[in-house]
Amino acid sequence: MRDQSIPANKNKNCAFITKCSITKSGTISLSFFSASEMEDFLGLRRAFRAGKTRGIEWRMGQLRALLKLVAENEARFFEALEQDLGKHPVEAYRDEIGVIKKSADHALLNIKKWMAPKKGNLPLLLFPARAEVLPEPLGTVLIFGSWNFPISLTLDPLVGAISAGNTVVVKPSELAPACSSLICQTIPLYLDREAIRVVEGGSDVADKLLQQQWDKIFFTGSPRVGRIIMAAAAKHLTPVTLELGGKCPVILDSFTESDLKVVMKRIVGGKWGPCAGQACIGIDYLLVQQKQAPHLIESLKACIKKFYGDNVKSLQSICRIVNKNHFDRLCSLLEEPSVAASVVYGGSLDRENLVIEPTILLDPPVDSPIMTDEIFGPLLPIITLDKIEDSIDFINARPKPLALYAFTHNNKLKDQILQETSSGSVTFNDTMIQFICDSLPFGGVGQSGFGRYHGKYSFDTFSHEKAVLHRSFYLELEPRYPPWNDFKLEFIRLAYNFEYVGLLLLLLGLRRRYTSSRGH
Amino acid sequence: MAVCVETAAAELRDVYNSGKTRTYEWRVSQLKAMLKIAIHHEKELIEALNSDLGKHEHEAFLHEIAAVRSACRMALKQLHRWMKPEKVKTSMTTFPSSAEIVSEPFGVVLVISTWNYPILLSLEPVIAAISAGNAVVLKPSEVASATSSTMSKLLGQYMDVSAVKVVEGGIPETSALLEQKWDKIFYTGNSKVGRVVLAAAAKHLTPVILELGGKCPAIVDSDINLTVAARRIISGKWGCNSGQTCVSPDYMITTKDYAAKLVDALSSELERFYGKDPVNSKDMSKIINSRHFERLSKLLDEEKVSGKIVIGGQRDKANLKIAPTVILDAPEDSLIMNEEIFGPLLPIITVNNIKDGINLITSKEKPLAAYIFTNDKKLKEEFVQRVSAGGIGVNEVTLHLAEDTLPFGGVGESGMGSYHGKFSFDAFSHKKPVLYRGFNGEISARYPPYTPRKLKFLKAVLSGDIIGIIRALLGW
Repeated sequence: MRDQSIPANKNKNCAFITKCSITKSGTISLSFFSASEMEDFLGLRRAFRAGKTRGIEWRMGQLRALLKLVAENEARFFEALEQDLGKHPVEAYRDEIGVIKKSADHALLNIKKWMAPKKGNLPLLLFPARAEVLPEPLGTVLIFGSWNFPISLTLDPLVGAISAGNTVVVKPSELAPACSSLICQTIPLYLDREAIRVVEGGSDVADKLLQQQWDKIFFTGSPRVGRIIMAAAAKHLTPVTLELGGKCPVILDSFTESDLKVVMKRIVGGKWGPCAGQACIGIDYLLVQQKQAPHLIESLKACIKKFYGDNVKSLQSICRIVNKNHFDRLCSLLEEPSVAASVVYGGSLDRENLVIEPTILLDPPVDSPIMTDEIFGPLLPIITLDKIEDSIDFINARPKPLALYAFTHNNKLKDQILQETSSGSVTFNDTMIQFICDSLPFGGVGQSGFGRYHGKYSFDTFSHEKAVLHRSFYLELEPRYPPWNDFKLEFIRLAYNFEYVGLLLLLLGLRRRYTSSRGH
Repeated sequence: MAVCVETAAAELRDVYNSGKTRTYEWRVSQLKAMLKIAIHHEKELIEALNSDLGKHEHEAFLHEIAAVRSACRMALKQLHRWMKPEKVKTSMTTFPSSAEIVSEPFGVVLVISTWNYPILLSLEPVIAAISAGNAVVLKPSEVASATSSTMSKLLGQYMDVSAVKVVEGGIPETSALLEQKWDKIFYTGNSKVGRVVLAAAAKHLTPVILELGGKCPAIVDSDINLTVAARRIISGKWGCNSGQTCVSPDYMITTKDYAAKLVDALSSELERFYGKDPVNSKDMSKIINSRHFERLSKLLDEEKVSGKIVIGGQRDKANLKIAPTVILDAPEDSLIMNEEIFGPLLPIITVNNIKDGINLITSKEKPLAAYIFTNDKKLKEEFVQRVSAGGIGVNEVTLHLAEDTLPFGGVGESGMGSYHGKFSFDAFSHKKPVLYRGFNGEISARYPPYTPRKLKFLKAVLSGDIIGIIRALLGW
């Protein structure tokens, strides 16, 4: 048997996990390196310990290199996204390439400020002293990307990890193989190989990675896998950020005809625009007052036809479903007779090309899977209510979503939504766009996850904020030390209330001391 | 018991869902009630602490009662401001828009406390949870049984029991609690149980704060005011619950040349503080129970360590007291150098060059705190930059906890998340971003059918390139 290390994608800097053994008969068997053989992980730890990634020059250099990677390979990224998801270049730029460029630019502009220690205010009692909070990298971190935005959801966390000064292992999703392969090929050519590695593979590779110790794990994906990641992280007390999903609702109040045109574009664009509905913050279902439903459906149909056309064989500018598994999953959501009967538009399926027509359903049963599971596809249920305020109870009866959208001019309703519902985020009168607002944290709550990133939050999520208190040897406070007596207790009482005048009087012997049985 | 826990959790959820705990008025009423407990029942609480830990009244007041009162007062003073949404700037990419971050409670939260500062470490997280508007269950440590039952009684009397509950008990009760779904769990204790808590939380995707511990090192450089340093070390070690404190200096590092001076300074200051018979000093807490007493005795009795005791070593098994004990150069592979001591034993490790001390510290797991006594600016800078720990004290020990503008929490093996001051409110809040948009400023480039011109426009918008936007609009 001849052993050969043959990387899965012909790039010898990636995919070191897989080792091929060629037997006498010529068949190839695959085996994994054992933990002790994963020298590269130790190399990342060594590079971190040596302080390689901590200086601002290294971090900025890597961010610039990432920008160069994205700029110089834009056409190849468009091709890979077309191959994996049928994503149009405009959508690909808007949701993937452009996002990385924006994030890296933002980080370069702000990193010096982010890295600076934050001064703390100290009370006079501790004079002379100085307090600060110093951000420091966590160490060697692991990032799991996702398949629906295989570039941005893999590389955007990487921007955060690099700006915070960590060494990184990135595992792109195997369900978007062309993008995974392209990331694996390009990263070693532009970024520091001693500090940033890419590992390709499926759930078996992920399991092996999870057995290692990491200083942080950043995961984007489903709640089911999120639980597995967190349970594995628990063994090493590894902090995690889980960016999950949920059923993101849209509350649709009534509108004037001219506003309605814009509302329709934003809803249609927010449902089928991002990866044909396969998006964690994509619209899952609509809530509307019953009498609005007919007009709403007609308006939606008109907008869909305008954006995408109406023939499933020739739909324009819309992604396809990622693979047959997900295609079949979505089909099964439509199978139940009462659900099938509620389809009012679309429903055509093209299994060969993995395309599902934009589909609208009116009032499918609320206990059917299409209304209990996250749809993650181009099916849009509309649920009608007696009055729009009922949408609050409807949403609260379900797990907290990653995003909540509401189209309304009614300020009272807005307040009610903010105070009475809980979600990762709330956006009024638009959809999806909170994703590119760098001053807002992006993350979930409850079943939609915990932790957050984007902008400075990306830097923070990969940092430890270390508290530092500097004191000098002067101005000793004797009452801190035993042996204890009443004077010292009185001193401490006054000190805790910052009663400086009282303290001064006490020290000058001008203040009566209380006995310890009297509290105040 | 499992049924009780499930019922309690369900009750809390109903109360939370009614919205009662979210109002400013409710939170203020509960904080005021907590403050009343800490003021009017000071004597009872101090007696309970003395019963459980032999904690001197002054230490109990300083470290526990006063700190709880302080936390209540700060929350009462700041709550209005903390609860206000934070306005946030938006940029060209979402123009026109406005945004804010709204703090909302997580919901129903679980606080699991510990035995060494049983009042402080139970009530401070509960104060935090309440100020953020959550309903809360407190599980005090059964090891400090007098304080557990006193707190249970007092909270039952003063607090809104429909939304603030205490569940007493041991492992079975804790396990039953961990089976339930919580919106946040706050745990203080050791890393072994920390792993159990995190694994249980994983089943429900519950976010967790773990306040753990570790071997907190203290480097003592030469050419310093050794008397002051010694006093501060002693007060942070033996003055804090006889070293049974997560941020007490666990071991010290100094140069071979300086070790004798350090030992002498510690010896004389210890005598000043605790007298010639420290085992019987009332100013030092006892060891919490015989199990820990045996554990600590074992650390001292190990053959490679027992001959290296240079101060103390006396023990009183009946009263669970161990004298302040200093060990010089215990071997690296001894038990005392490999587990968190959590007691009144202080090993001093000597090195040739003080800088080797930093390397020694960074080769071990990240502790909750790390300390250095030095006047050497360069050494101090190197220590602060290179040593990763929850918090750092320079020329001081444990005092950084008292400062409310500093977050208190661990990293790596010493934990995750932080609290104190406003960080407490934040720890129990979900920070919900809200983006407001109008209907003007529609960008059709967002929508299909996609064209190369739309691509140009999007590129310009996402880079904030105004000229590019104008050019794209004009079709150039």
